[in-house]
Amino acid sequence: MAALASRPSLDDVWSWLADVPDPEIPVVSVVDLGIVRDAGWDGDELVVTVTPTYSGCPATAVIALDIETALRERGIEKLRLETKLAPAWTTAAITKRGRDKLKAYGIAPPDEGASCAGALISGAPAGCPRCGSDDVERVSQFGSTPCKASYRCRTCLEPFDYFKSI
Amino acid sequence: MSKAALKEFSLRMGDNCLILGQRVSAWCGHGPALEEDIALANVSLDLIGQTRMWLGYAAELSGKKATADTLAFLRDSGEFRNALLVEQPNGDIGQTLMRQFLFDAWHQAMLERLVQSSEPRVAEIAQKALKEVAYHLERAADLVVRLGDGTAESRRRMQDALDLLWPYTGELFEADKVELSLAKAGVAPNLDEVRDAWNRTVDRVLADATLSPPETVWMQTGGKSGRHTEHLGYLLAEMQVLQRAHPGAAW
Repeated sequence: MAALASRPSLDDVWSWLADVPDPEIPVVSVVDLGIVRDAGWDGDELVVTVTPTYSGCPATAVIALDIETALRERGIEKLRLETKLAPAWTTAAITKRGRDKLKAYGIAPPDEGASCAGALISGAPAGCPRCGSDDVERVSQFGSTPCKASYRCRTCLEPFDYFKSI
Repeated sequence: MSKAALKEFSLRMGDNCLILGQRVSAWCGHGPALEEDIALANVSLDLIGQTRMWLGYAAELSGKKATADTLAFLRDSGEFRNALLVEQPNGDIGQTLMRQFLFDAWHQAMLERLVQSSEPRVAEIAQKALKEVAYHLERAADLVVRLGDGTAESRRRMQDALDLLWPYTGELFEADKVELSLAKAGVAPNLDEVRDAWNRTVDRVLADATLSPPETVWMQTGGKSGRHTEHLGYLLAEMQVLQRAHPGAAW
């Protein structure tokens, strides 16, 4: 696409970023997940700050590439991606829209609140994302990706993923 | 506190994560149950991710052209700073879990204190890693109890693993010049405090697991200064072979 004549507004940039899907869970965007911390102009260069979810998550590199590709397609030529560790990412950063989409996709969303020091492991799914029953049991704290735990519903008997609270 | 001490400390933290992450990754596809296989792979992945943060920091501090990758793939065993515990072989799943538990209990006690570090970058990395390690410790402790307080066979294997690995735990709390200077500067914790916290966790879990550590034992030492057991060389040979055979190879 042709280079832009002027700097696009940050509202436009955020709306473009909101269209970049998470590579592992494509129903939610990187903005829904709270991975994009900031976007701003440094002169004529666009600076996008991202934060990793889990430190070893293999999606992190793909997310950076996807963000870059999406913005370049919109004509952004000078772009810098920065990684920011602190404050550490928490599932509390996931938007309401993101939670609703996760649930509709069959993944039980994390607790609303952030877990904090002293209660490092907290939360459990509010219910089965398929049938809504709260009679669920944990199979394992580790699941198909670093961010998920494996659960099973004792009512509809379906297994499901829970996006664990960290 | 010198920059060299900070670099050395970051290497120790990073090498512990790297070597244990490499060890545990060997279980991928071989776990005793599907959920355990997935858990082992996830724990390994977290540790490799944490390695990238610590060794990335060590590389910056070294001021040379080093990167996390060159530190991981181009050093020889004498230059590695990990504790002897994490390089011990996987053995059976009981041995792997006992090693993980003894390490995780130390790792959590360490990170809980490092989040208060006077060095902001150290605190940031610790804050990120601590959330992950809490899950590692919960799983390892749970399984040590279930297998220890399990069948006669599982209990025997867990006790054997504890007897085998216990002599490698003393080193985790030995402070040398590096740790003493960092503790004085508020960058890293006093290792006596870490030991007290570790003892509380380990005593509680082993009691629940009906296991007892050996009473008198010679504690091995040397990892922090690069004097390793023979096991590390084999691990590195496998982990580093591609970069050694094809220097600079990239995706």
